[in-house]
Amino acid sequence: MEFDVNHLIEFIPEINSAFLETLYMISIALVVAIIIGLPLGILIFITDKGLFLENRVANQILGFIVNLIRSIPFIILLVALIPLTVALVGSMIGPTAASVSLSVAAIPFFARLVESALREVNYGVIEAAIAAGGTPWMIIKDVILPEAKAGIISGITITIVSLVGTSAVAGTLGGGGIGDLAIRFGYYRYDDTIMITTVIILIIFVQIIQLAGDKIAKVVNKK
Amino acid sequence: MIEIRNLTKVYHTNKREIKGVDNVSITVNEGEVYGIAGYSGAGKSSLLRCINLLEKPTIGKIKVDGSDLTLLNKSDLRLARLKIGMIFQHFNLVSQKTVAENIAFSLKAAKLPKEEMKVRVDELLDMVGLTDKRDVFPGQLSGGQKQRVGIARALANNPKVLLCDEATSALDPTTTKSILNLLKKINRELNITIVIITHEMDVVKDICHRMAIMQDGRVVEDGPVYDVFSNPKEELTKEFISSVVSFEIPETILKHVKGTIVKVLFRGDVAGEGVISGTLKKFNVEGNFLHGSIDYIQDLPLGIFVMELVGESNEIQKALQYIEKQSAQVEVIRNGI
Ligand SMILES: Nc1ncnc2c1ncn2[C@@H]1O[C@H](COP(=O)(O)OP(=O)(O)OP(=O)(O)O)[C@@H](O)[C@H]1O
Ligand SMILES: [Mg+2]
Repeated sequence: MEFDVNHLIEFIPEINSAFLETLYMISIALVVAIIIGLPLGILIFITDKGLFLENRVANQILGFIVNLIRSIPFIILLVALIPLTVALVGSMIGPTAASVSLSVAAIPFFARLVESALREVNYGVIEAAIAAGGTPWMIIKDVILPEAKAGIISGITITIVSLVGTSAVAGTLGGGGIGDLAIRFGYYRYDDTIMITTVIILIIFVQIIQLAGDKIAKVVNKK
Repeated sequence: MIEIRNLTKVYHTNKREIKGVDNVSITVNEGEVYGIAGYSGAGKSSLLRCINLLEKPTIGKIKVDGSDLTLLNKSDLRLARLKIGMIFQHFNLVSQKTVAENIAFSLKAAKLPKEEMKVRVDELLDMVGLTDKRDVFPGQLSGGQKQRVGIARALANNPKVLLCDEATSALDPTTTKSILNLLKKINRELNITIVIITHEMDVVKDICHRMAIMQDGRVVEDGPVYDVFSNPKEELTKEFISSVVSFEIPETILKHVKGTIVKVLFRGDVAGEGVISGTLKKFNVEGNFLHGSIDYIQDLPLGIFVMELVGESNEIQKALQYIEKQSAQVEVIRNGI
């Protein structure tokens, strides 16, 4: 194994654009996961037994769909979603195309994290809101979400970190990004310099996300 | 104000059925403070939580201020709950919202316009004495202060009824006292009917007008607090009361005493000791006080004296009858030996 600094400098523009592609994929998937996964997680939580919108049928259907998607290995999901990807973005390669399957995988992942964050909320507080005559919407908006805020932020952190790994897989199948770079140069061409650099970039990136996420979760928590 | 008729609440847990509440009927009058006491697991919380339908009764009717809550649809039930405040042992405040926001939640539920909301929140904060804590988060408050916020939240929409589930059990004695005084004030000045659950008889003695004692989901004894305290019928009631009003004298003392031992109970304003010494003079009987106490229940004195009487048995009989006539209650614990 050898590390060639000149070779690295030569490759900086390529690494740079690969990193931006990764950021781009992750950002899209994260936004979609939040927009769809957050309500989904809330719905699964409040329709559960004993909660104020208890609904067995809805709860089991949603739970089943979430489990179904989560149990499919990402590679297979990605291939299975090719028709949808093509229909949505008109192509099956490139970071935009990859973000479709990344989003689909991230939605149920994040929804479960949201659900478990909501479960951490002291039920007595929800009950007090029910006793005060609050509507379900008020209880979600003014009680459950504020109380689960820190947990949901941790969920977002975990989702980003997990998307870093998944995006590398998507990258190898034509998605681009830093993971793709690592595999193309490091694995197929035995280019240690590029492989080590990309791995270090990913490690630093994950560390920063985790530290920032933990910090934010702590700062917003008024407990 | 609150009518509970044949209420039964059954919980189903892993094929087992637990009767949390078993055929309970009680009536709480308007403006009254009603206490429900009992050991852990007696069904007090289940009963209380049925009153605002946090727990759905399995059988029975719950009427609050004339309307049968069990017949209401979801949105009407929400409206009914605006008029039934509730406070909790662990306060149950939203930790991520300020004191003012916590109180405003109830007002929002009642769809109060924004401008009025601020005024009302300030009014409530003033009432519970927390004006300076308006924008503080609950985490920075003491237990007593948290309960005050809970009370302000519960009273936001001028409820007819306030339900208290062990509202002082997590507080120290001094704080308990101040919260009980606040509840008394609320009851008197706002004429809010209060139902209070507790395992502390001191709380019942201090602020309740009427009470019930529960065991295994049933009410074993109920009535005006003064009557229950001065004349408990059930063993369980006696046990509870003994923590506050003592009736027992130690065995060792009983052994040394040879005369007839009687317990004399004076209710209300009768000056107990005077009556007893007067009686002893009138009849040829000698008396020794073994134990005596005067307790105040709802500001009415309850005097209890345990004494040894020595003399001819028919003189003792006459003396006891005489004491009884002076509106006291006499019980012979043991005849002379
Ligand atoms: N949600 C529930 N599911 C199953 N059983 C329950 C539930 N709530 C209460 N119970 C049972 O019902 C009985 C009465 O409980 P409850 O909480 O009303 O008692 P309590 O008098 O309030 O006791 P404590 O003083 O401990 O609060 C207990 O046996 C309890 O285990
Ligand atoms: Mg209880």
